[in-house]
Amino acid sequence: MMEFKYEIEGGDFSKAGTASSDVKKILKQLNLAPGLIKKIAVAMYEAEVNIVAHAYKGTMSVIINAENVRMLFEDEGPGIADIDKAMQEGFSTASEEVRQQGFGAGMGLSNIKKNSDYLSINSTVGKGTIVEIITNIK
Amino acid sequence: MEQKSFHHALKILDEICYGCTHCIKVCPTEALRIKNGKACLINDRCIDCGECMNACPVDAIIIEQDDFNDIFKYKARVALVPSVLIGQFPRHHSSRKIYSGIMEQGFTNVYEAEHGASILIEQINKYVSVHSEIRPVISSFCPAIVRLIQVRFPSLTDNIMLLKAPLDLAAISFKNELIERGYKEEEIGIFYVTPCAAKIAAIKSPVGELYSPITGVINVDLLFNKVYSGFKKEERASCIVPEKEQLRPEEMGWSLTGGESKYIKGRCLSIDGINNAIEFLEQIENGSATNFDFIEVRACDESCAGGILTTSNRFLTTERLRERATKYIEDKSQGRIIDNQTIDKHKEFVEQQVSIYAIEPRSMLKLDEDMEMAMQKMKKISSIMKFLPKIDCGGCGTHSCKTLAEDIVQGRAKTSDCIFLQNTISSAPRKPEKAEKIWGKGRFDNIIP
Repeated sequence: MMEFKYEIEGGDFSKAGTASSDVKKILKQLNLAPGLIKKIAVAMYEAEVNIVAHAYKGTMSVIINAENVRMLFEDEGPGIADIDKAMQEGFSTASEEVRQQGFGAGMGLSNIKKNSDYLSINSTVGKGTIVEIITNIK
Repeated sequence: MEQKSFHHALKILDEICYGCTHCIKVCPTEALRIKNGKACLINDRCIDCGECMNACPVDAIIIEQDDFNDIFKYKARVALVPSVLIGQFPRHHSSRKIYSGIMEQGFTNVYEAEHGASILIEQINKYVSVHSEIRPVISSFCPAIVRLIQVRFPSLTDNIMLLKAPLDLAAISFKNELIERGYKEEEIGIFYVTPCAAKIAAIKSPVGELYSPITGVINVDLLFNKVYSGFKKEERASCIVPEKEQLRPEEMGWSLTGGESKYIKGRCLSIDGINNAIEFLEQIENGSATNFDFIEVRACDESCAGGILTTSNRFLTTERLRERATKYIEDKSQGRIIDNQTIDKHKEFVEQQVSIYAIEPRSMLKLDEDMEMAMQKMKKISSIMKFLPKIDCGGCGTHSCKTLAEDIVQGRAKTSDCIFLQNTISSAPRKPEKAEKIWGKGRFDNIIP
């Protein structure tokens, strides 16, 4: 079992994706199948960008064991009022500024679901969100 | 199946190399190490991009080519030249004169490799539209990029289009033409004049093909020097009038940046330069750049005009090729060009051979085949990292402290290879005060055991 933890700064899009890139390299070093790496990379990147786009700050923890890769994203931010709605393709609360940078198309959460085996979202409005993603590798 | 042996055209001359660290620092796949005071190549990591050759301060890295005299073993001696070769010459030398100069070196025919692009435009568009599940489709044009994806972006190998490069298609069509003219296959020698090392590797150990239709390789600079010194001396006894086909504008620009994507339908992008390529491939892998249909990626800045074997300035080469394309359009509109092309004549024959086999990933990053073992090695690497100074000085002969740690775990290096650890391991431990003056106080505290 191995665990990696990253701090994610809200609002800084120039750094969005750096933690995911780092984990992606680790997964390559661990010789995971290319298809699995792609799946995990997409889900992880989306979740990381979500924190940058919506929260003030957050952390990303990645736990790798022989069975699966578990990613835990905890943020301090506005939270999600209606999770079901947020899961719909195309739904987005991202500001115009964020959209102009190519983010916030409303595909994030549904894309994570498509690229993972387990997704759970717990959110408290005004406090923050915890996203857990698991991808089986066995 | 993963291929185990690779041909590399890049060769390090031990008698010239003095073991500095310029090349190991620029290598995009960390394929170089210093051993016994000389740079050494790790064969299965090298992608033949040529960055090391550019960085070498003493020209100790060369590109091995076939013996020029090999051409005389054949009755039909074809110089298959890239369009950028013509771009090496100053503008006042006509392409006819250059062709004639090439033939004076002993070739019986000159044929431009980009003729193959005519066929590719249709084939790539078909490929992109048929394979709607693959996005983006990544061009197979640049062999250094194909190899970069294999070793550094294994999950993107499926995105590479399984179509041959224009030079292969041009070779196939011209060979067929010569056979129709009565030559036997063994009498035909097709010699590609290469602007880079990657094309040589692609010919000598092709990816996705069993063998290459090309007989041998000659470097652009060698042929340019031979032809151009002939021009300078003006000792040209004969003036051979070459059989010559004009490249069409779309063929002419194919090897320049934007050359492919301009003719492919949908949302396309062109990327040149190895570091730009790495940055963008990283994004594709994250899924943050998936709305593209087709991506053209080339390892060299300004694509083939910036190939390491070119002699002319890359921007001037590009300008010359663009001028040639404009001139073609003018000439054609005034009826000066008869568009009767060999590639069109053999279109069907070439199209039957346009596909290549699947491209296999061969990750250089994996620490071990077995994941449990890889995890253990990774843990060891991070504990070794705690003792290394993390200044990536290159003093150990590797790319960085991280690379040294990996090499130690893989049994390729020793902890004592670190020059800072050497200081502390030696019989009288002392603080490396001299080094502190450069790197800051306290920086090396944690390397004292």
